Amino acid sequence: MHGLPVCNVTHQTRIRNFSIIAHIDHGKSTLADRLLERTGTVSERDMREQLLDSMDLERERGITIKAQTVRIEHRSTDGETYVLNLIDTPGHVDFSYEVSRSLAACEGALLLTDAAQGVQAQTLANAYMAVDAGLEVIPAINKIDLPAADPDKAASEIVSILGGSPDEIIRISAKTGQGVDELLDRLVKDVPAPKGDPDGPLRALVFDSYFDAYRGVVCYIRVVDGQINTGQKLRFMATSETHEAAEIGVMTPKAEPIQTLGSGEVGYLITGVKEIDRIKVGDTVTTAASPAVHPLPGYQEPKPMVFSGLFPTDGDDFENLREALEKLRLNDASLVFEPETSRALGSGFRCGFLGLLHMEIIRERLEREYDLDLVATAPSVAYRVTMPDGTEFLIKSPQDLPDSASRESVSEPYVRAMIITPVEFVGPIMELVTKRRGVVGSMNYLTTERVELDYELPLAEVVFDFFDQLKSRTKGYASLDYEPADYRESDLVKVDILLNGEPVDAFSSIVHRDKAQDYGKSMTSRLRALIPRQLFDVPIQAAIGGRIISRETVKAKRKDVIAKCYGGDVSRKKKLLQRQKEGKKRMKMVGSVEVPQEAFVAALKLDED
Amino acid sequence: MTGLDVDAHVNTSSTYVHIPFCSAVFPYCDFAVVAGADHLADRYANAVVAEIGMSEPLSPLEAIFFGGGTPSHVDPSLLAKILKALSDRHGIAGDAEISLEANPEDFTDVRAVEIQAIGFNRVSFGAQSFDGLVLSALGRRHTGAEIGSSVEAARSSGFASISLDLIFGTPEETEESWARSIGLAIEAEPDHISCYSLTVEPGTPLARWVREGAAAPDPDVQADRYEFADSRLSDAGYPRYEVTNWARPGHECRYNLTVWAQGEFEAYGNGAHRYRHGARSRNVRRLDAYLDRVEVGERPIAGSDLIAGWEHEIDRLFVGLRRSAGVRRGPGVDAFLRSSHGMRLLEADVVEMSDDRLTVIRPLLTDEVHRAVLGLADPGD
Repeated sequence: MHGLPVCNVTHQTRIRNFSIIAHIDHGKSTLADRLLERTGTVSERDMREQLLDSMDLERERGITIKAQTVRIEHRSTDGETYVLNLIDTPGHVDFSYEVSRSLAACEGALLLTDAAQGVQAQTLANAYMAVDAGLEVIPAINKIDLPAADPDKAASEIVSILGGSPDEIIRISAKTGQGVDELLDRLVKDVPAPKGDPDGPLRALVFDSYFDAYRGVVCYIRVVDGQINTGQKLRFMATSETHEAAEIGVMTPKAEPIQTLGSGEVGYLITGVKEIDRIKVGDTVTTAASPAVHPLPGYQEPKPMVFSGLFPTDGDDFENLREALEKLRLNDASLVFEPETSRALGSGFRCGFLGLLHMEIIRERLEREYDLDLVATAPSVAYRVTMPDGTEFLIKSPQDLPDSASRESVSEPYVRAMIITPVEFVGPIMELVTKRRGVVGSMNYLTTERVELDYELPLAEVVFDFFDQLKSRTKGYASLDYEPADYRESDLVKVDILLNGEPVDAFSSIVHRDKAQDYGKSMTSRLRALIPRQLFDVPIQAAIGGRIISRETVKAKRKDVIAKCYGGDVSRKKKLLQRQKEGKKRMKMVGSVEVPQEAFVAALKLDED
Repeated sequence: MTGLDVDAHVNTSSTYVHIPFCSAVFPYCDFAVVAGADHLADRYANAVVAEIGMSEPLSPLEAIFFGGGTPSHVDPSLLAKILKALSDRHGIAGDAEISLEANPEDFTDVRAVEIQAIGFNRVSFGAQSFDGLVLSALGRRHTGAEIGSSVEAARSSGFASISLDLIFGTPEETEESWARSIGLAIEAEPDHISCYSLTVEPGTPLARWVREGAAAPDPDVQADRYEFADSRLSDAGYPRYEVTNWARPGHECRYNLTVWAQGEFEAYGNGAHRYRHGARSRNVRRLDAYLDRVEVGERPIAGSDLIAGWEHEIDRLFVGLRRSAGVRRGPGVDAFLRSSHGMRLLEADVVEMSDDRLTVIRPLLTDEVHRAVLGLADPGD
């Protein structure tokens, strides 16, 4: 550990820890880039767009999935130099758990609102979360350089939600840099300094972690009390494991090792632990020599809301899939999975996700980063089943639902949804919500033109394309956020799909009885369009229990021949057929029927109306 | 099929000659053809003669096939020149089948006599249809009546074997017009009939039309038409001996039988394919490139695939399964019967195993069988 800077730790009065809360596209990543640039943290030469979004997927989709952290030094107008730790947060409804973790490491939150679009449900929900966590919320209006900007309107929306005065709201353009220096000063002035006990026993919060192929598990920590030193023996209070602080450091944004992190500081910790499960995000780190008595208040465990089966197309990839999931879970504590066997799809995993976007992202990462070819089944939620003897259990897969004769009742999870929309779309939204079995709650005007609507809806109705439907009915103007409410008893049935007379477990779905008929019809007709003609007629049926509710047939293929094969042109024909054969690899044999992989997520795209 | 030993043709000495010239290029055609280049015909014939001179001698030829293009479109003296070169190089067996493709409108009484006199004894007419609407949609210049008179001309000038090519599944065709075409074809009393379905070949005008919204051929309608033709033709004394070919016994096309028996054969002309010395090779497709190569004394080969070991066995099944007689048992057939794809095809009655031969009994699904064959792994690996 020679050569590390043994400088004094920064005094808490000079530290400001904050997050930025913003809706997708409201300019969070651009602002982060600008902050790094204005403070000289990153030279212009090293600057690239969206520096903090390091995953390809994040840059492509313009969203932040993983929290990141960066240490910025800012010389304020008061002549003092402050350490600002920016703890980046994701900006999508699925990742509110990650947001809560980031907020737990901060004293302040910058609420960034697009001057043209105004406050969005997502941002509002996160702002409420920040207020609940006791953070100082500093509103700022971004993109004031846009021609369509209406900062006064955005300001009045913010005031109607958070109170205060419109004049206090700072107005910036992250793109041009206008107002960014004032913003830095505002952060120094308004974000409270950390108030931990520098002399107490060490308590540091692990607020995130990621896996590095060379260094093992890298934890992001926020020191609350005491200090942490390189080489120290550490105790992780929840897992009761002891590890050495092999390296600690700060992100500038490159990892820079240092000797000591003092109370109030944010940095990283490497212990040499390589195994995925041994470090728990949310744990409190203390010293083995003089441990703290109580851990820091943990924040709530992430609860997966949506479940889907992931199956490798090639059965030999099962172990590779397990390894890949384990690696992803290291960076994503909210991902859960357990082995699942499907008669149709073989061995795979039942995976729990925070939401549909999370599910999509995990699947895409598995395919891209781990080169796996996967079949995903339609998403489901966790249902609570009550048996006649009073026992209760949760099922995460439609296959596990006991038949109606043997169960007492089934409950499904409901969510409280908040939708912010221009007034003119209230009608279409009410219609959609009613269709999705929603219960209308309150309606609050944010301004004369925009309202906040509160509803209670079954989660199952929200996870299927609700967001897409909402967007299309409101020309993209409405925004949505939701949080789990409670379980409510519902008249639910399992709709099975039979191919060639055989039920295909991967196609089963739990739906409300009133919707079963429509669902069955739409599934069978969709599958008829997706399943190519085979050597024999393939009946596709939807059934509840033993009762068939709809039926379609894929007629047998009669002609599959390129008739012209003159003379010696054998090679060309062989090559053509060889190519067709390659194309068939994305088919899965279900019994004797070839089913394309897209068919398994067909339920996702059920048409409205 | 009695008396026809299809596998024996593996030893037939055979060659193909490509004549690319046409009066017009039809919108569905993807062969190596040119229209409006008749001024090159002389040069081309000389090039083919030169190419023949560069090839290794075969035993006297028992089957010669002039395809195209339209061999009947060029001056018969050019065909004669090429035949003479073949004879000089390889010799021609006394009972050889010497075949050419012809447009009905080219086959006047005079022309028929001329061509027969050169030595041709088999003619295959690109009749396509007896229906005027279908013919004009296909861009053909002959009429239904002309087909009958050209068959007459060929017959009276002494052709030993006459074939008609028909095409089905065009958008203009109806169930009735197809039935009528088949009926008239049988009435013309040819010795051999080929029926091809209209296929949309990439790069043809037809492919472009379909892309732009024209109706693509409906596979179920085409299946109906095929099955109708198959039953009418067998009833009329033309059993099917290959996916698209029906013949009176003894009139099966010997050149094609050689190809399907995996026999080696030579080929000349632009875009021509051959199978020699264990390799399937092809000539350059463009006419100008072909001429340039041959005229500087180079063989005009564009590419070659060696067919050896397990691939040779797969290839035997690939070509042989097009025949109604199928293929005799061998390691490839055994692998097929063991494969899951093969088993599914057996179960669905697409193929059958009897008398130690594997045959395709639903010929319209031949491509599906072919894909299964191409997927067979070498049991020795």
